[in-house]
Amino acid sequence: MAPMISFRKVNKWFGSNHVLKDVTFDVVEGEVVVICGPSGSGKSTLIRCINRLEPIGNGELVVDGISVNDRKADINRLRQEIGIVFQSFNLFPHMTALENITLAPLKVRKMSKEEAEATGLRLLARVGMPEKANAYPAHLSGGQQQRVAIARALAMHPKIMLFDEPTSALDPEMIKEVLDAMKDLVKDGMTMVVVTHEMGFAREVSHRITFMDNGIIVEENTPAEFFANPRSERTKQFLSKILKH
Amino acid sequence: MPPDYVGKVVIDNLPLLLEGFWITIWLSILSSLISLVLGTVIGVARIVPFRPLRSFGTVYVEFFRNTPLLIQLFFFYHGLPRAGITFSAFESALWSLAIYHAAYVAEAVRAGIQSIHRGQMEAARSLGFSYLATMRYIILPQAFAIVIPPLGNLFIALLKNTSLASTIAVAELLYQGEVLDSRTFRTFEIFTAVGILYLCLTLPLGGFVNLVERRLARAGRGA
Ligand SMILES: Nc1ncnc2c1ncn2[C@@H]1O[C@H](COP(=O)(O)OP(=O)(O)OP(=O)(O)O)[C@@H](O)[C@H]1O
Ligand SMILES: [Mg+2]
Repeated sequence: MAPMISFRKVNKWFGSNHVLKDVTFDVVEGEVVVICGPSGSGKSTLIRCINRLEPIGNGELVVDGISVNDRKADINRLRQEIGIVFQSFNLFPHMTALENITLAPLKVRKMSKEEAEATGLRLLARVGMPEKANAYPAHLSGGQQQRVAIARALAMHPKIMLFDEPTSALDPEMIKEVLDAMKDLVKDGMTMVVVTHEMGFAREVSHRITFMDNGIIVEENTPAEFFANPRSERTKQFLSKILKH
Repeated sequence: MPPDYVGKVVIDNLPLLLEGFWITIWLSILSSLISLVLGTVIGVARIVPFRPLRSFGTVYVEFFRNTPLLIQLFFFYHGLPRAGITFSAFESALWSLAIYHAAYVAEAVRAGIQSIHRGQMEAARSLGFSYLATMRYIILPQAFAIVIPPLGNLFIALLKNTSLASTIAVAELLYQGEVLDSRTFRTFEIFTAVGILYLCLTLPLGGFVNLVERRLARAGRGA
């Protein structure tokens, strides 16, 4: 089976800063991959290349059978298949929770209003906040905003979900509710790439953990092996730091 | 009542002044609307990821902001006919007011757009919205909420600037005042009345802008 996401020797620079170095990395359908690594190692950049929020320098990046940086690629079409959830939620502040969720199905997918709202309400219930349909983001907690953001991405029925540190901006008591919503997706067989330092989540539900350092994928392994027998010195150092608290 | 009391000249000639008053209102509304649309387009042009459009926007703004409105008005009314393009006095006033103030609208809109967090554009594009659809549904609604106060002040300035149209004989409020003055020489009363009529427009407009501003703040939008 061809992978859903395939990086082949991808390089990326910001000016003279070499941020991704010969990255080769696959994600197959239904797989849940966690990416971790120190700050500035290129995790966000890697994930943002997948839906071309960042263009790559060279190499080959194919997502859902489409060469992402090909001039002929219909990027708006491809992006409909890729949901992304950001650290800072990025909800639309001038719209209610439900409007946030239904906007793209209505305007991009041209779904009928009834269908979009039914889907939106169902998704709000799924992330555990059916009563917040008419609330504006400013009146929601961080955890609630992030769950609306997840519902907003799901409303497009994406084939892939990307998460860039979805719980890093949250107070500890809200982290669980967001992780629970994500675990629910894993159960559904969603293809997921998750940048996170939540090692509990990584150990419990991911299929593979990728450790990045300085633009290089240093190590890829199953969660069990990753924690029990980290291969590189760099991974050991990172794990000892992160698992201490 | 004495045959000639203070303000009689105004009362007697009120229909004439009101005629001018309506033309001032009409001219203000039309040129505001045109400048709003034109200014928004140019404001967006100034930030799109396409160099030639950006340059065009910059040239437009710098040119029209940095030349006197009166000259632009004369250019339309006296200049263009020499090139075979004729506008009526009203049309000349309408277009020069709209084009001049569009430059200011563009600057306000651009500043509003740039104050919207980059994450808004990224979130919308990630959902599959095109650049222009993102502008329309996500960025501009938020930007407008932010620029309502400056735009309100701008339209108040535009309203006052319509008085320049009197120089090319558009029969607006100030022009009617001048006509009356040259007929009666009751300068003090006439121009006091004209000033009050301008205030009847600008003060409520200012109040309305404040109201909208407070409404938006209360709705918790643009947070
Ligand atoms: N838009 C940008 N312009 C210039 N440099 C950038 C940009 N985005 C990221 N970088 C640089 O690229 C490198 C990798 O950044 P990236 O955000 O991908 O790291 P990260 O692993 O996600 O870090 P963090 O854990 O802090 O989120 C860093 O050196 C960063 O300064
Ligand atoms: Mg990051």
